[in-house]
Amino acid sequence: MRNVHLAIVLAPLLAAIVAGLFGRRIGRAGAHWITILAVGVSFVLSVLVLKGIYWDGGAPDNYSIYTWAVSDGLRMEVGFLIDRLTALMMVVVTFVSLMVHIYTIGYMHDDPGYQRFFSYISLFTFSMLMLVMSNNFLQLFFGWEAVGLVSYLLIGFWFKRESAIFANLKAFLVNRVGDFGFILGIAGIVMFTNSLDYAEVFSSAESIAGQSVQITGATSWNAMTLICILLFIGAMGKSAQAPLHVWLPDSMEGPTPISALIHAATMVTAGIFMVARMSPLFELSETALGVVLLIGALTAFLMGLIGIVQNDIKRVVAYSTLSQLGYMTVALGASAYGAAIFHLMTHAFFKALLFLAAGSVIIALHHEQDIRKMGGLRKYMPITYWTALIGSLALIGFPGTSGFFSKDALIEAVRESHWHGQGLIYWIAYLSVLLGVFVTALYTFRMFFLVFHGKERTDKKTRAHLHETAAVVTVPLILLAIPSAIIGWITIGPVLFGGFFGDAIFVSERHDVLSRIGETFHGSAGFILHSLQGPVVWLALAGVGTAWFLYLKRPDLSGVVRSRLSGLYDLLDRKLYFDDLYIKGFAAGGRGLGQLLWKVGDERIIDGAAVNGTAQAVRRFSGVLRRVQTGYLYDYAFAMIIGLTLFLGWLLWVN
Amino acid sequence: MIGLQHYLSIAAILFALSVAGIFINRRNLILLLMCIELMLLAVNFNFVAFSRYLGDETGQVFVFFILTVAAAEAAIGLAILVVLFRNRRSINVQELDSMKG
Repeated sequence: MRNVHLAIVLAPLLAAIVAGLFGRRIGRAGAHWITILAVGVSFVLSVLVLKGIYWDGGAPDNYSIYTWAVSDGLRMEVGFLIDRLTALMMVVVTFVSLMVHIYTIGYMHDDPGYQRFFSYISLFTFSMLMLVMSNNFLQLFFGWEAVGLVSYLLIGFWFKRESAIFANLKAFLVNRVGDFGFILGIAGIVMFTNSLDYAEVFSSAESIAGQSVQITGATSWNAMTLICILLFIGAMGKSAQAPLHVWLPDSMEGPTPISALIHAATMVTAGIFMVARMSPLFELSETALGVVLLIGALTAFLMGLIGIVQNDIKRVVAYSTLSQLGYMTVALGASAYGAAIFHLMTHAFFKALLFLAAGSVIIALHHEQDIRKMGGLRKYMPITYWTALIGSLALIGFPGTSGFFSKDALIEAVRESHWHGQGLIYWIAYLSVLLGVFVTALYTFRMFFLVFHGKERTDKKTRAHLHETAAVVTVPLILLAIPSAIIGWITIGPVLFGGFFGDAIFVSERHDVLSRIGETFHGSAGFILHSLQGPVVWLALAGVGTAWFLYLKRPDLSGVVRSRLSGLYDLLDRKLYFDDLYIKGFAAGGRGLGQLLWKVGDERIIDGAAVNGTAQAVRRFSGVLRRVQTGYLYDYAFAMIIGLTLFLGWLLWVN
Repeated sequence: MIGLQHYLSIAAILFALSVAGIFINRRNLILLLMCIELMLLAVNFNFVAFSRYLGDETGQVFVFFILTVAAAEAAIGLAILVVLFRNRRSINVQELDSMKG
């Protein structure tokens, strides 16, 4: 079985290397065949691993493959930890990656960088697998950075585009800010346990929670709280939680397949996965969980609001991703780690589906992305229409779809999380996820109606060529629509309430909201009926209704609403001024500081005063001193006499 | 009465005047040479005065040496002066500044 694990990780890597270095030699078909084969193999083997660890009741496997270095007792190794959580993530990652690989054949068909793209997405698959299969913090960080790097390469894939380069650097830098916290967290762990291995760290988690760290002279924090908050800062950067979310909408500059793979299903979920994996640590710090809860809630609600005013089809889905990541984070904060991972899984399917469907629309309209220039595409692209509908219904949580089960379970879990207290934090979290349902439905179906229904606002030339996209594009859509529709129904029982995760996730007795919900769980059908008595489904349907009213029935009204609420509209249109703060505040400040250090610090002080200044001073001094040498003998004789006088005087003085 | 100190002070004053004469003089090279002779003279005075008051003739003998050297030196100095005049057509000290820094 261990060889299988190694094969799963190495196959995409080898394919990436071959497609990357020998792309020209093996040609376009060669590049896509080898990478699809490799990722396909990884997928099949991952399913085998999942089967082995769940259906066949195997035990988790934790072992080291290669010891890179041992320094003063600290072991730095490459190793794998294959438990239920890992296996689930592996299946999700490889499945979505495979779908995206196949889809890319159609999407990037005319692109000159075809082989390079396949090499990158295979490399990404390798990096993400290293991340999820890791058994120590160093390898986790390696995977973390590697996915960040590949994300940078892919966002800036069309590197001659100014906006793409701006976006990829923005993504990398904002991620770096998160990584700063992450590395400090890992350093804290090393400081307290002198180990990077998960098993060793988790076993000494209790002792860390008993210690404090002196931050400044006056304040000291609980060590576990500090470490968890720092680790979460890393998750904030990678999973795009506010305020480190600004890179994700800009990352839409990359080709749509990567928006689906990286910025919906896999890379951004690395942070969620990490917190779930670190549940033994987080469970010991209620403060850290509170922070996670709050940030997730704010992200979930506010990003949804911004999504309502977006006009680029990919941006709507991007803000939707941000909002859903917020939902997952809220679940983590409520100690419902299982619900968060469950939502991660269903979200991976329906969000990748929505992105790929958006890509299908973009291809059909010859790379038009503005939804104000679409409309009535239903009759031209039936397969895209139906799959997008399934994806949208899953996103809003329509009863029966996979998104419904995961989102409802999540919201129930938040409602049950009274261990956070009955105060402000609890209510902010609960209301954010609840109202977020209405907002989600509103922006999702606004986009859906504007793209597929209503008046045809496409221009005549594009309309003449409008037809459904090729099979390589639509087949992945169908294959992703199937789990988006049914996987929730099938898996909610075992995953959330059947102890699927086993020892992979640790929840303390007091925080265990999922088992409390599980007491009233009587199967999927019962879950649907139970939810009809709650506000969630009705809020979603109200959102759909509002979208239908504003964009299909009375499209003139949306303009009126915008002018009446122009203050709010501007706030949302400027994306809550986060970008302005960062670009004009931090970035400009950083550049200003750099300029200052260059012009004043380097040029004026170091070059001017220190280097040239001393040279000038010596010059001036010698210029003065030069005047002594008049060339006149009598002056020299005089100098000698003065010297003699002084010397004699000194001799007399001393004696 | 007239004691040693008087002779010594005359010699000192003479010496000081001649030294002053060397660096105050800006015009005449001959004046420079004369000042040098005066300095030697002042030193001679010192020697003779000490010889008289210590009763030792060594001082007077030394004066002869100094006189000889002074004479030779004056001769050479005047010779240099003549050659200098032939080349520069001037004995102005201020014009001899080719070592100026």
